[in-house]
Amino acid sequence: MKVAVLQFPGSNCDQDALKSLREDIGVGAEYVWHDESSLAGFDAVFVPGGFTYGDYLRCGAIASQSPILQETKRFANEGRPVIGVCNGFQILAESGLLPGALTRNINQKFICDDVFLRAETRRSIWTSDVDKVVRIPIAHGEGRYIIDADGLKVLEDNEQIAFRYVSADGNLDDSANVNGSVSNIAGVLNKQGNVLGMMPHPERATKELLGGIDGLSILKALSLVKV
Amino acid sequence: MPTVRVSVTLKPSLLDSAGRTVAGSLQHLGYEEVQDARIGKLIQLEVDSVEESRIREMCQKLLANPVIEDFSFEVVG
Repeated sequence: MKVAVLQFPGSNCDQDALKSLREDIGVGAEYVWHDESSLAGFDAVFVPGGFTYGDYLRCGAIASQSPILQETKRFANEGRPVIGVCNGFQILAESGLLPGALTRNINQKFICDDVFLRAETRRSIWTSDVDKVVRIPIAHGEGRYIIDADGLKVLEDNEQIAFRYVSADGNLDDSANVNGSVSNIAGVLNKQGNVLGMMPHPERATKELLGGIDGLSILKALSLVKV
Repeated sequence: MPTVRVSVTLKPSLLDSAGRTVAGSLQHLGYEEVQDARIGKLIQLEVDSVEESRIREMCQKLLANPVIEDFSFEVVG
């Protein structure tokens, strides 16, 4: 298993991602620059967080038009694993690989904190091992997930909601919904379930030194995929 | 060279939290008549030629996100 960690001008979680994949998940990982147009030799893609292209126009909008994203779309449509975290989620949403959009947090603040997440489906490789509430850090100003009522129904019907913000004991309540997302949504899947986008950072919770290891249950999917 | 002025606004159904903050600040300054404010973007394009279908395409592909935003444009010069 070799994971492509995409790098754009303004990526800033690329090193966290590469290190956690290599050291804590035990898979191969290499950087791939945004103007590359091939993912040959890679088995999965990690789109890391940051402020790509200064977040000009909209978060992730410019990055979603880059050559490597066109290749990532093709790669994803073959059913191979793709994960986008934070700005990476925004990029995947802007690219059309994932439904919905991310907007300014409801309280106007950049939030840097730990949140609790509940996996809402087990059908995806990304969530199949998340069998308890996990504590994962967030760090974003624009993570309020937006989708209209029809779109939400499609997500629910297809089991495309990967994670919701919940209380520490797993209850769905408004106070756990830190950024004001529609229906407490913290992460979504594409229809096939191989593409995951999430605002919280599992790669920042893969060793005790970082304050927690709950991110392992999500990212270890990469070590289980047969290649 | 023609200029196209594209305006992009959050859909009316969406809470514009930045706009709400601005409206609150105006009220705080004594402008109690302000009930709401919406913040959008103005993008001015200098183009060699104007073809409406191409401008619309630019808006749909990049300048606006149809999930959350509406757009309109006018040729101003």
